[in-house]
Amino acid sequence: MAEKLRETPLLDELEKGPWPSFVTEMKKSAAKNAMTNDQLGILERSYRDKIGHWKHGGLVGVMGYGGGVIGRYNDLPDEFPECAEFHTIRVNQPAGWFYTSDVLRKLCDVWEKHGSGLTNMHGSTGDIILLGCKTEELEPTFSDLTEIGFDLGGSGSDVRTPSCCCGPARCEWACYNTLETTYQITQHFQDELHRPAFPYKYKFKMAGCPNDCVASVARSDMSLIGTWRDNIQVDQKEIAAYDKGDKVDIQDDVVDRCPTGCIKWDGKTFAIDNANCVKCMHCINVMPKALAPGKDRGATIMLGAKAPIIGGALLSSVLVPFFKIDEELEDLYELAEEIWDLWGEHGMNRERVGEFIQRIGLGNFLEQIGLDPEPEMVMHPRTNPYIFFELDEEDE
Amino acid sequence: MAATPAKRKTDIGPPHYEQFLPPVIKENFGKWKYHEIPRPGVLMHVAESGDKLWSVRAATPRLMSIETIRTFADLADKYCGGHLRFTSRNNVEFLVSEESNIDPLIADLKKENFPVGGMGASITNIVHTQGWVHCHSAASDASGVVKSVMDDLFPYFDGSQTLPAKLRIAFACCLNMCGAVHCSDIAILGVHRRAPEINHDVIGAQCEIPSTVSACPTGAIRPANVDGHESVEVIEERCMFCANCYTVCPAMTLNDPENDGLSIWVGGKVSNARHEPMFSKLAIPFLPNNPPRWPETVAAVRNLVEVYAANAKKYERMGEWIERIGWPQFFDLTGIEFTKYHIDDFKHAGETFKRSLHFKQS
Repeated sequence: MAEKLRETPLLDELEKGPWPSFVTEMKKSAAKNAMTNDQLGILERSYRDKIGHWKHGGLVGVMGYGGGVIGRYNDLPDEFPECAEFHTIRVNQPAGWFYTSDVLRKLCDVWEKHGSGLTNMHGSTGDIILLGCKTEELEPTFSDLTEIGFDLGGSGSDVRTPSCCCGPARCEWACYNTLETTYQITQHFQDELHRPAFPYKYKFKMAGCPNDCVASVARSDMSLIGTWRDNIQVDQKEIAAYDKGDKVDIQDDVVDRCPTGCIKWDGKTFAIDNANCVKCMHCINVMPKALAPGKDRGATIMLGAKAPIIGGALLSSVLVPFFKIDEELEDLYELAEEIWDLWGEHGMNRERVGEFIQRIGLGNFLEQIGLDPEPEMVMHPRTNPYIFFELDEEDE
Repeated sequence: MAATPAKRKTDIGPPHYEQFLPPVIKENFGKWKYHEIPRPGVLMHVAESGDKLWSVRAATPRLMSIETIRTFADLADKYCGGHLRFTSRNNVEFLVSEESNIDPLIADLKKENFPVGGMGASITNIVHTQGWVHCHSAASDASGVVKSVMDDLFPYFDGSQTLPAKLRIAFACCLNMCGAVHCSDIAILGVHRRAPEINHDVIGAQCEIPSTVSACPTGAIRPANVDGHESVEVIEERCMFCANCYTVCPAMTLNDPENDGLSIWVGGKVSNARHEPMFSKLAIPFLPNNPPRWPETVAAVRNLVEVYAANAKKYERMGEWIERIGWPQFFDLTGIEFTKYHIDDFKHAGETFKRSLHFKQS
C-alpha cells in the first residue's frame, strides 16, 4: 500500500478533458502499489525536465527464454527506489484479442500479486504488456502466467508475437481463418519465438482481406493478406436497395471511385469486369450488404516491411501472389524456414529481411529460396541496363 | 532469486482463442453476411442465420490499470455474458448479443469516463508508444501528447463531427516507430536533433566498439582513443539523429531537453481500398516539446484535420486528397512553410524529385 500519492501538478493537467486519462489510470494503480506511485513521481519529473528517466534495458528474463522480457531501470534510483527496476513482460495475447471477463480477472490477479498493476492492452506488436516488474518477480510471474494458460511473447532477434485481425470471428470479409492461422504459426514456432537466433526480429501478421486492419503491409516482415481469385459476389436486389436509399450514390461513391474503372452501372444492373478488378475492397466496403469477396479465397504473402531504422522504412512486397491456406500450413512453414536459413546465414546484425533483400537483390533472393520470379512482384521491370548476366553452362 | 516450482511449464504458447468467443460468434463463425454502423461507436454484424452481434467500442488510454480492466470485466458480465475484445488501436469492444443492453452499457461506460465512438468516417484512438512513461530512447512523451490531441479532436471521435473518410493518427516517440506511424493519415513522430553525447569513461565497459561503429547508417562513427580510453568519435555533420547507435550502445545518449521535439507527417495509409498503401510524408519538421499539453502540436494537428475535412471528397483519405490537389496546394491550404528539410536527401532521394510539368501554376 502506497503511503501518500506523489505530487504531480503537471500530470494533473492531463486528468482534465473528455479523453480517458492515463494519469487517472496511474493514480488508480498508485493508490495500491508503491511501484506505480514512484513511477508517477518519475514521470512528473520527466514532464518538468523534458527528458525521459529510463535507462537502457539490461539482460533480464526467465529461465530458458531469451525473449519476452524487456529490462528497464530508472536513472534516479535513490529518489524513486520502488521503480528502480521496472521491467516489461510481454505476454502472448489470444488471437484476435478476444477475452472473457474470467480470464481477464485471472491476468489481473497475477499482475496484482507480482507487479505494478499497470498494463497496455495491447503493445504495438500485439502482446499483452505488463509494465513494471522487479527482477526477482519475473520468474514467479511467469510461473503464475503459465498456470492460467499464458506464455511470454517475443522480443529481440526472434519471431515476434504473431497477431491478426478479428477475421471470420466477426467479419464477413475474412478470406481465410486469420485466428487459427495465427494460433498455429505461433504454436509451431515456439522455439523461434522464445529463443532469439536471427539477425534481427521477424514479425508475422495475418490480415483477412486487403483492408489490412492490422497494418501488416507496414508492420510485419511476413504478412498474409486475404484475397480471392474469382468474381465478387453481387446481390442485385441489395444493390437496388442501396440505390433507393439515401446513403450511397452508386455512380459517385462506388463506380467513379473504382481504381481500375471496372464497374458499370446503368441504374438497373451493377456489372463488374472481374478480370480487371484489383481486389481493392472499395466497392465492397461501401455496399457490404450487396457485395462480398469471391468464393475462391486465399492470401497474398508479402515480405519485408519495417520502420526506418536502419536503412529506411519499407512496405512489404509481393512474395507469393496467391497462396491457398489449408489447415496444415506446412508449405508456409517451409517457406519461412527457407527464408530464415538464407537470411540467418547471410544477414548482417540488425538487418531486417526487407533490407537484406534490397542488399542481395530480390532476383537472387528468390533463386536462393526456390521461388520463380513473377511480374506481380514488381511495380515495373527494371529501367536500368546494368544487368548481372550469368553465364550458363551452354554458353561456356 | 525466487525458487522455481517443480513442474515448470514452458513453450505452451497462447491460449486458444476459441474458448473466449461468445456463443453468437461460435455459431456464426465465418458466416457473417454484412455489417452496419447503426450509431457512432456501435457496429452491428448480421449473420447468414439472421443472428446479430453488436460491438460497442470505447476508447482506452492504452496505459491501463488492472482496476480498469476489472471494471471492463464487470461491465462485460453485466451486459454481454462476459465477452469482450480489444482492437489493434487500443479500443475495447463489448460483444453484445441483446440489443436492449446497448444503451445501458454505453451509459455505464460514460459514467466510468470511457467514451464510445471511433467508427466509420471518424478519428479513432491514436496508436502510440511508451514515451517517457517507460522508454529510454523517447524524444517526447507519448501518452500526454495523445491525450492532449484527442481531447481537442474529441468531436471527431464521438460522432458529433464527421470527416470525408476515416482518419488514422499514430504517434511514435522516436524513429524506431513502434507502431505503423510511417503509414498513417497523420503521424506525430518524436525527433532528436543533436548528435549523441559520448560517455568516454564507460563506453569501453558498456559497449562493443565495432558494433557501435557499424550501427551508423551514414558512417558517422569512427573508433577513437580518448584520454587513453577505447572509445568512438562522431562526425557531427553526418549524423541524422536516428539513435541507432544509442540502441546498441547506452553510452551514446541522444536525449536532450531543449532540442528534442516532434515532427508531423501526413498522407499514409495501409489499406488497399482505392489507392495502394502509402507512406506518410513530412509536413512539419519540428515542433517543441511543451508539456503537459503540447499546444503547438495540438494546433498543428487540428489545422491538418480541418483543412482536410473542408477540402477532401467523400471517401478520400488524406493521402489521396493531397495526391489529387498536389503538394504545393497542400502547403498553400494548410499554411505550412515548405523548407529544405522537406526535401529528401537520404538513399534514393532522387526518386522524390518532381521531373515533369504536371503541377498547378498559382
